[in-house]
Amino acid sequence: MQLTPRPRRARAHPGPELSPFARTLLALAVITAPALGGVLPEDRADVMWHSYDGGDITVTGPEVLVRKKIGDNLSLSAGYYEDMISSASIDVKLSASPYHEVRKQENYGIDYLHGKTTYSAGYIHSREPDYIADTTYYSVSQDMFGDLTTLTLGYRRGWDQVFRDIKTPDGIIENDPTFHERADHHGYSLSLSQILTRNLIVNFNYELLTDQGYLANPYRKIRYLSAGGLGFTLADQVYPNTRTSNAASVQLKYYLPWHASLAAQYRFFRDTWGIVANTTELDYTLPVWKHWIFDGSLRYYEQTHADFYSDLFPRADYQNYMARDRELAAFHSYMAGAGASYQFQVPGATWINRSSANLNVEHLLIDYSDFRDALLAAEYGAGREPLYRLNANIFQVFVSIWY
Amino acid sequence: MRTTLKLTRTLAAAVALVALSGCAAPTPWVKPYEREHLADPIMSFNRDPISSGYVEHVLETREGAHGATGAVGGGCGCN
Repeated sequence: MQLTPRPRRARAHPGPELSPFARTLLALAVITAPALGGVLPEDRADVMWHSYDGGDITVTGPEVLVRKKIGDNLSLSAGYYEDMISSASIDVKLSASPYHEVRKQENYGIDYLHGKTTYSAGYIHSREPDYIADTTYYSVSQDMFGDLTTLTLGYRRGWDQVFRDIKTPDGIIENDPTFHERADHHGYSLSLSQILTRNLIVNFNYELLTDQGYLANPYRKIRYLSAGGLGFTLADQVYPNTRTSNAASVQLKYYLPWHASLAAQYRFFRDTWGIVANTTELDYTLPVWKHWIFDGSLRYYEQTHADFYSDLFPRADYQNYMARDRELAAFHSYMAGAGASYQFQVPGATWINRSSANLNVEHLLIDYSDFRDALLAAEYGAGREPLYRLNANIFQVFVSIWY
Repeated sequence: MRTTLKLTRTLAAAVALVALSGCAAPTPWVKPYEREHLADPIMSFNRDPISSGYVEHVLETREGAHGATGAVGGGCGCN
């Protein structure tokens, strides 16, 4: 068979032609770029009971998380989480009524591995009597440079529906038919994981978040100075409808010579509401006696208050936006944690590779700099009450199996 | 025209260099057989996702800052 050269076709868009060298380079780039890869998460199941007790709020509930590979390239996960809330917090006592409610959350995820690229997606649905939230997330993760580097790009989108409960004259609690608000959230993230030495790994994370819609808590109130009574009057909060946040963090983890690890983390946060926050954390992990792993952690967090936050405004309608949510106040907090994990084999269950029983305990202390205990206004006078301090204990008991 | 051609060549070389840097991977400074310590479960940043996700949720609902933790949480009216 004789091959005849095909007549050269006229180029539709005449322009600079690449030299053979440049074309070869580009061809090599296209061929080699996808030939990098990653690892899917392990098959495991976790069952947990969690408890939070602090500031006259108790939140307890179960959580289940299951992950299973289908073939070599696909991993599916599903989870269920529940918060049983009993609240008589300082905010509730000031402007609402103590309440009990349940929040339920389901989440589903899928990870697909192609070469050394992992594509992930997921859906989270949360519902409580006065709040419904749906979130989807997507990410692409690529291992490169001999698996020393992993780059992950992510996007998440959230749709929230905000309701407000009212008590009818019959004592029945139901959604206020005149109140139904929405909030939308977008998040764009970039993270880079880098192996630095045979004992040291570092992570960089950056996230840009935008929130739009009703972003306030419909139950909480601001207070402003007024004559008579306790010396203040309560009024509705007015929040901006938009918020843009930037967060960046660096995490380092080091393997210590005596088979232990030390992790350090720092995060910087700033948003368009004027909040600037710094978080630092140290974690130490020590396996001992063949079956045990112990963890200890210390965390310090500080933030400035939002531009439109005040514990006590001078008068009604003092400014366009006014808030008194504690989360927007200036404060610093400490959290100390300890954990113990016992590794064991389940007798007779050959399909289980390994198992662990775990107990984690954390103590959280928040010292507010400009949020006062308004419940003591009668005793001290409005604006002169002691600053509020929150102490909380957090417990987690969970069992994990790998199969 | 000459400038455009030069720019295109430079761009092609840059793209190729970035992508081909994966080809330099056969000689990473930490060889696969030297990663025994890094593969130990205690070196994971997220050893128990169920636990770290829960703590993240507890802190997010009480602090003004959020994000850049590597975890994705759903929304809630948890304040």
